[in-house]
Amino acid sequence: MTATVAAWILLLATAAYACGGGVDYGAGFWDLTAGGTRRGRRPRDLIDHAMEPVWEVNNVWLIFVLVLMWTGFPVFFEAVFSAMWLPLALAAVGLVLRGAGFALRKPSRRLAQRRFFGAVFAVASLLTPFFLGAAVGGVASGRAAPGTPATAHVWAGTTSVVAGLLAVAATAFLGAVFLTADAHRFDAPDMVVYFRRRAWCSLAVVAVLALIGLAETRDHTSYVYDRLTHGLGLLLVVLAAVAAAATAWLVAGRAAGWARFTSVAAVALVIAGWGAAQRPYLVPTSLTVQQAAGAPASLHWLLIVTGVAVVLVGPALVVLYRLDTRGLLEAQTDADVQGGARPSGES
Amino acid sequence: MNKALTLLADAPAQMLPARELMAFTLATHIILVPLGVALPFITLVMHHRALRRKDPVALLLARRWSAVMAVQFAVGIVTGTVLSFEFGLLWPKMMGTWGDVFGLGFGVEAWAFFLEAVLIAVYLYGWRRLRPWPHFWLATPLPFAALLGAFGIIGANAWMNTPQGFRLDSQGRPTDVDIRSAVFTPMFGPQYWHFVVAMFLTAGYVVAGVYAVGWLRGRRDRYHRLGFCVPFTVAAILTPVQFFLGDNITRQVYQKQPVKFAAAELVWKTDTHVPEYLFGRLHPDGSVTGGIKVPQLDSILAGGSPGTKVNGLTSVPAADRPTPTQATIVHWTFDIMAGIGSVLILLALWYGWCWFRRRDLPRSVWFFRCAALAGVASVVTVECGWITTEVGRQPWIVYQHMRVSDAVTSTPATSLWIMFGIVVVVYVLMFGAFLGVVLRMSRRWRVAGTEPDGGDGHDPELDTPYGPRRETVEATGGAGPPESRSEPGDTR
Repeated sequence: MTATVAAWILLLATAAYACGGGVDYGAGFWDLTAGGTRRGRRPRDLIDHAMEPVWEVNNVWLIFVLVLMWTGFPVFFEAVFSAMWLPLALAAVGLVLRGAGFALRKPSRRLAQRRFFGAVFAVASLLTPFFLGAAVGGVASGRAAPGTPATAHVWAGTTSVVAGLLAVAATAFLGAVFLTADAHRFDAPDMVVYFRRRAWCSLAVVAVLALIGLAETRDHTSYVYDRLTHGLGLLLVVLAAVAAAATAWLVAGRAAGWARFTSVAAVALVIAGWGAAQRPYLVPTSLTVQQAAGAPASLHWLLIVTGVAVVLVGPALVVLYRLDTRGLLEAQTDADVQGGARPSGES
Repeated sequence: MNKALTLLADAPAQMLPARELMAFTLATHIILVPLGVALPFITLVMHHRALRRKDPVALLLARRWSAVMAVQFAVGIVTGTVLSFEFGLLWPKMMGTWGDVFGLGFGVEAWAFFLEAVLIAVYLYGWRRLRPWPHFWLATPLPFAALLGAFGIIGANAWMNTPQGFRLDSQGRPTDVDIRSAVFTPMFGPQYWHFVVAMFLTAGYVVAGVYAVGWLRGRRDRYHRLGFCVPFTVAAILTPVQFFLGDNITRQVYQKQPVKFAAAELVWKTDTHVPEYLFGRLHPDGSVTGGIKVPQLDSILAGGSPGTKVNGLTSVPAADRPTPTQATIVHWTFDIMAGIGSVLILLALWYGWCWFRRRDLPRSVWFFRCAALAGVASVVTVECGWITTEVGRQPWIVYQHMRVSDAVTSTPATSLWIMFGIVVVVYVLMFGAFLGVVLRMSRRWRVAGTEPDGGDGHDPELDTPYGPRRETVEATGGAGPPESRSEPGDTR
C-alpha cells in the first residue's frame, strides 16, 4: 500500500518535471530554431524574459525524482542507472552544457562567441529531453530489468528512440504554448502569431509520433500497449487527447493563458496513462512496485516528509507563480544596482 | 605495502575514474555551498538594516549581493543535479543496497532545496515591484530552508561515516530499518554544527574579502566599510565558536571513527603518550618523516592526559584502513584546516580588540591584507575538511559495511574517463563564466559609482544572464513587457 502510494508520488513528480522542465526545454528548442541573429532576436528576447524567474524551480523537480527513486525504490534506481548508463550520462552532460551555455551566452562580448554558447544551450535543450525520454522508453519497453548490463540494446531500440523524439516534441509543444501566453502577457501580437503557429505544428508532430509510438509498443512492448488501449490507461490517454485538442483551440483565442493549463494537463495525463499502463510493474514484467520497494519504515517516512514538504512548498510555489503571472516578478535593472554616485569620503 | 598494492590491483579498473570524477564534481560544488547556504542570511541582515535605518547604501549592497546570489544559485543547481545523477552513474550498488536506509536525508534536502529555489526566485525578482517590507519578509524563511537542506545532506553523509538503523539479514542485505536512528547517527550532531558554522563563516569571510580588496585599493567610503563590516562581523563572531566545534568533532572522531582519527594524526600503533605530528609523511613501515613532532600532544588533545590510549592504523587489517598515502593526505588536510582555523581566530581577535577599544576598524593595512586572504583561506579550509572526512573513511563508502570497490558501477573505465574529460572541460568553462560574470558585474558597478551616466555605453552584449539587466535592452528589445520601461530612478 505504502509502496503503491510512493510509486504514484514518483509518477506525479515525473509528470511535474516533464511539465515544468519541459516548458523550459521547449523554450530552448525554439531558441535553437529562431533563426539568425537579427531574425531570431525578438523570439529570443521573449524566451529569456519568460524563462528567467521560474527556470530554476522547474529544474529542481528532477532532483526530487531521483531522490524518490533511490529512497523509495533502490533496486529500481540501481537497475535503471546500470542498464541505461550512456543515455543518462549524456543527459547529465546535457544538463551541464545547458546551464553553462545559458550562463555564458550573455556576458560574451563577441557575436561569434554568443552564437556558439547560445547554440550549446539550445542544442543541449534538445539532447537532454531526448536522452531522458529514451531512458523512459527503455524502462517502458521492459529492457532495463535488474541485473541488465549497460548495452546499447537496452536503450537504442525503436521504443526508446520514439520516446526520446516524443519527449522533444512534447517539450516543444509546451514551450510554444507557454510562450504564446507570455507573448499575450507582454503585449507582443506578432509573437503571439509566431508561437501559436509553432504550438500547432509541434502538436501535430506530437500526435504523429504518438501514433507511431503506439504502433511500435504494439509490436515490442505488448504489456504496456494492452494496458494503454484498455481500461484506465485508455481513459487517461483519451483525456490527454481532449486536453491537447482544447489547447489547440485555446491558443487561437484571446484566452491563451488557459492553454497553459490544458497543455500541462495533456502532458501530465499521458504520463499518468503510462504509469497506469505499467501497473503493477516499475520495469514491465520483471520488477513490480512491491519487489522494488525499499524498507517499509523508509517509505512510511518518505510519505510523511513528502506530506510536510507539500504543506511547506505548496504555498510558496503558489505565491511564486501568482506573483509571476501578475507581473510582479522582474529582473533588477542596472539602474537598481548601480545606485548612481556613491556617498563617499567617509572614514 | 605489498598488500596494499595487491588490493589496488584487485580493484576494478573503473574505480579510479569513478572516484576522480566524484571527487572533482564534489570539490567544485562545495565551493558554491557556503554562498548558497549563508549568503541569503548575510544579505537579509544587510537588507534589514537598510529598511530599518532607511539606509540607501545598505540597500544597494543587499541588492547587489542578491544579484550575485542569482548567478551563484543557477550554477549551484547545475552542479547539484549532476551530483544526484552521479550517485546512480558511479555508485549504483551503494544506492541499490542502502538507498532506502539513508536516502531520506536526501529527500529532506531535495524539498528544502525546492523551497529555497522558490523563495530565491521571489526574492531576486521581487526587488522592483513588491513593497519593501513584504519583500523582505517573504525571504526570511530562506536561511531556515538552507539549514534544513544542510540537515538532510549532513544526515546522509554522517550515516556513511557511522552507519546504523538497520539489521543485516542472512544474505547481508539491510532489513528492519529504523529511520530515526539512521538519521540521527553518532556523527550527525558534530558534523552538522561544524558544517553549518563553516558555511556561514566562509561566506562571511569571502564577501568581506571582496571589500577588503577594495579598501586596500583606496576605496575607503561608507559603502566599502559597510560591505566589509557586516559579513566580517558575522564571520568573526563564528570563528571562535568554530574552534570549539572543531575540537568537539575531532574528539568524536577519536571515539567513533578511531581509524580515521589515526589517519588524521598519523598514529601507526595503538599506544599511550602518542606524539603529535605537524605535517610529515607516513611510510608503509609506519615511520613518519618530515614534519614537526610534539611529544605526548596527541594523547593530550584526544583525551586530556598523556596517558590516553590512541588507536593506531594497525589496529585494523591493512585492507580495512586508508593506505599510507591516503593517511598522509588526510593528515595534511586536517593540519591545514586546523592551522587556518587557528590563524583566523587571531584575525577575529584583532578585529574584536579594535572594535572594543575604539569602535572602529583596525587601521593597519596588514589587517585588510589578511582579511582579503581570509576569504580564500576559508574556502581552502572547507575543501580540506571535506577531504579529511571522505578520504579518512577509505576504503569504505559505508563505513565497515561496503567498500568503495563494491559500490562502483560496472561501466568500463574508458567510458568513465571520457565522461570525466567532458565534465572537466565543461566545468572549467562554466566556472570561468561564473567568475567572469561576477567580475563583470562588479566592474560595471564600480564604473557606475564614478560616472553618473552609468559608464561604458549601452552595449546590449554586456548583459549578465540572470542578474541585473540594462534598462535600455528591455525598452528597445521589443519583446519586454511595457511596464518594464520604468524610469531609471524608479527602484520599485
